Amino acid sequence: MGSVEIRPAPHIKGPRSVEKIMRHVVYATLPICAFFVYQYGLSGLALILVVTAAALLTERWLVRSGTQSGSLGDYSATITGIVLALSLPPGFPLWMAAIAGVVAIALGKGLFGGIGFNVFNPALVGRAFVQAAFPTAISAYTPAMLPGRFAEFIPSSLAWPMMMPVDVSLWLKAREFDALAGATPLVAWKFERVLASVPDLLTSLGHLAVGPSPVLIVLCGAYLAARRFLDWRIPMAVIGSAGLLSLALYLLDASRFPDPIFTLLSGGLIFGAVFMATDMATSPVTPRGMWAYGALIGVLTVVIRNFGGLPEGVMYAILIGNAAAPLIERLTQPLPFGKSAMAQTRKGASYPLHPGYISREEAGAVTPKKKIMKNKPKDDERRTPNS
Amino acid sequence: MRLLNYFRGEAFQRGVHPPAAKEATAERKIRRLPFPPRVIVPLSQHIGKAPRAIVRVGQEVVRGQPVARSEDWLSVPHHAPLSGIVEAIELRPTARGPWTQSIVIRAHPGASQEDGWGIAKDLDQATPSDLLQAIWDSGMVGLGGAAFPTHAKLSVPKQAHVHTLVVNGCECEPFLTCDHRVMVEEADYLVQGIRYAMRVTGAVRAIVGIEDNKPDAVYAVNQAILRAEVTEGEIHAEPVPTKYPQGSEKMLMMALFGVEIPSGSLPVSLGMVVNNVGTLAALGRLLPLGQALTERVVTVTGPGVARPGDYRIPLGTPLKFVLEYAGAAAADLDSRQVILGGPMMGQAIASLDVPITKGVSGVLVFRHQDMLANDGRKTYPCIKCGECVESCPMGLNPSALGMLASKREYEVMGSDFHLGDCFECGCCTYVCPSNIPLVQQFRVAKQILRERAAS
Repeated sequence: MGSVEIRPAPHIKGPRSVEKIMRHVVYATLPICAFFVYQYGLSGLALILVVTAAALLTERWLVRSGTQSGSLGDYSATITGIVLALSLPPGFPLWMAAIAGVVAIALGKGLFGGIGFNVFNPALVGRAFVQAAFPTAISAYTPAMLPGRFAEFIPSSLAWPMMMPVDVSLWLKAREFDALAGATPLVAWKFERVLASVPDLLTSLGHLAVGPSPVLIVLCGAYLAARRFLDWRIPMAVIGSAGLLSLALYLLDASRFPDPIFTLLSGGLIFGAVFMATDMATSPVTPRGMWAYGALIGVLTVVIRNFGGLPEGVMYAILIGNAAAPLIERLTQPLPFGKSAMAQTRKGASYPLHPGYISREEAGAVTPKKKIMKNKPKDDERRTPNS
Repeated sequence: MRLLNYFRGEAFQRGVHPPAAKEATAERKIRRLPFPPRVIVPLSQHIGKAPRAIVRVGQEVVRGQPVARSEDWLSVPHHAPLSGIVEAIELRPTARGPWTQSIVIRAHPGASQEDGWGIAKDLDQATPSDLLQAIWDSGMVGLGGAAFPTHAKLSVPKQAHVHTLVVNGCECEPFLTCDHRVMVEEADYLVQGIRYAMRVTGAVRAIVGIEDNKPDAVYAVNQAILRAEVTEGEIHAEPVPTKYPQGSEKMLMMALFGVEIPSGSLPVSLGMVVNNVGTLAALGRLLPLGQALTERVVTVTGPGVARPGDYRIPLGTPLKFVLEYAGAAAADLDSRQVILGGPMMGQAIASLDVPITKGVSGVLVFRHQDMLANDGRKTYPCIKCGECVESCPMGLNPSALGMLASKREYEVMGSDFHLGDCFECGCCTYVCPSNIPLVQQFRVAKQILRERAAS
């Protein structure tokens, strides 16, 4: 007779684990990374590798020193690194990118106690830090699909640490691009009133200074949502609310506000909605809370873009959404079973609750078959289909 | 599957679909376990006051003879599971943990072990109160697992009016098939038991809810209903969607009638009484013979069992004897887990000397290698993925409850997060990717709240 083990019920476990969820999110970002590298060549590749490596090294150091839970094997730091890299301009100096990766994990996650405890999306904390620290470098975008992008770096990438990166506009001029070519569609709209064409935005295959194609991002997000590794409600709410609000503004004054298609396809809205707003630890757990949280982010994005000084508002919108998430969750607790004010009856139930033929007096009388009842009371009518 | 459920209108919201794992025993007939050399009858086997022993050490008892009874309403008598000699009345270990006063009976080596106590009665003309008394005398409790005294469940409060008897044949727990086999093999007894229960409660219709993964049970019950020529009212067998925890009475009512039983009230407030198929089949079998509950059908299965199946086991049989007979006592099992009940809500037990009691529906044995998958899993902090919220059939927020439990905020759990509505089905813990023992935290919290309320 061997030993007997004691465990609390349930004794079987579902197939999902933290590692599995995070691993699949990494898989879903890989096609987007590949597209990014295809757009920006060596610089794009180096950027992704440097930021992810910085994030992983920081995570390893913090886990080793015992100040936070989790481990490298849970892939959460990998996600942070990749998502952060994809949100930076491709020619971002690599030493600054490394700082962004370190800050994202150390201040965005480690400070709060590691995986699950962070209040703000770590990648966005890192990006907000470098946005404040290096405002010029983070707004210096370069056009995609440059010839020779796989042979040489964008010169600003290789700036020495603590040195001012070289001005990319000269380098661009040498390649016969005008100054406007380095502006993102949002900057071009905000300051020059130039609208990028929809096919260019949709495919991201032209020389626009944009990230990977929104179509590809939506496809990768759809894979995650279909396998329920992210919650579909949040991206739907972000995109829906941003689309509706920008449509309303566009109808109000078409000369001041861009059309909703442009709003949705430009900047980081789709990427933020699919990969950043859906970060599990920083979004509400309640279904109704997810709708409210997503809607808040979508509305704030449009407000910041159109009424604020910045051309892009997704980052701050999500950070504010993260801050509001605990409050939203508190206000949208699910309604427990049997606690609803009105006694709700599901449609299509097999049997009526109080069959009309049953009464105290005639209990035991010969009764008609189910669902075929005469003289049924009025409140039973909606429970029986078309009878 | 999810999409399908959407179109046909889900039986109830949320819930989970664990692998059923019923293949090993679903097709096998119920077999009888041999009588053990010794049985242990704990006096406290159910909710309510434990009855007192009415036999003395050394006394000879006949199978079916009452050995313990009490006048307390929430208490049922116990009967000798086999003919033999009362060897001791002393403290013995039980599955629930504490050692309890038990009657130990040694079998007569040569006895035929026929029930020598019961006197057959004609119950066709019996009044409801006579029937209720007969049910009480038979020592019947709910055989689904809760072991609530059946006579108390069937007796309707004075101001209430019961029109429907709901018979729970869902058996949503993975691995278990005892109710399934009872419905297939003893459908006539089941219908007979339903008729008794309808007469006792005054219900004019009875609906047997059976999960749709058991079509043979639905067929068998329907055939038995046709054969029975019911006079008390009408009886239906109704397939309900297969989903855990469909066997919870609140979920079953939702599936059949589309109503939510208000929090804190019983089905009787809606004019319904819910009973388990195993209980009613046992009633239909025992009452006409005047016999008492001395054995029950138990599913013995799991990867560690060589001869899995549904066994008719005398109450009080030590677990070790059951496992040896079913081929789970081989020496190569160096470490394992033995569970009484199903894998979702069952209880792992520490000693194989505990007896099979009235509330045990299954015995599961997992080998060490079957548990490795769980052993290797790391427990992470809550990543707030929301899976538990999406799976809780009671619409609670297990994520928030778990975080409050780890901060010992038990009062807040009870007052603001409806901890009292949790019936410990285990869905949240089953789906939790962080491997947090949520249900265990809730059990602890409830116990602490109960103790605080009592003090």
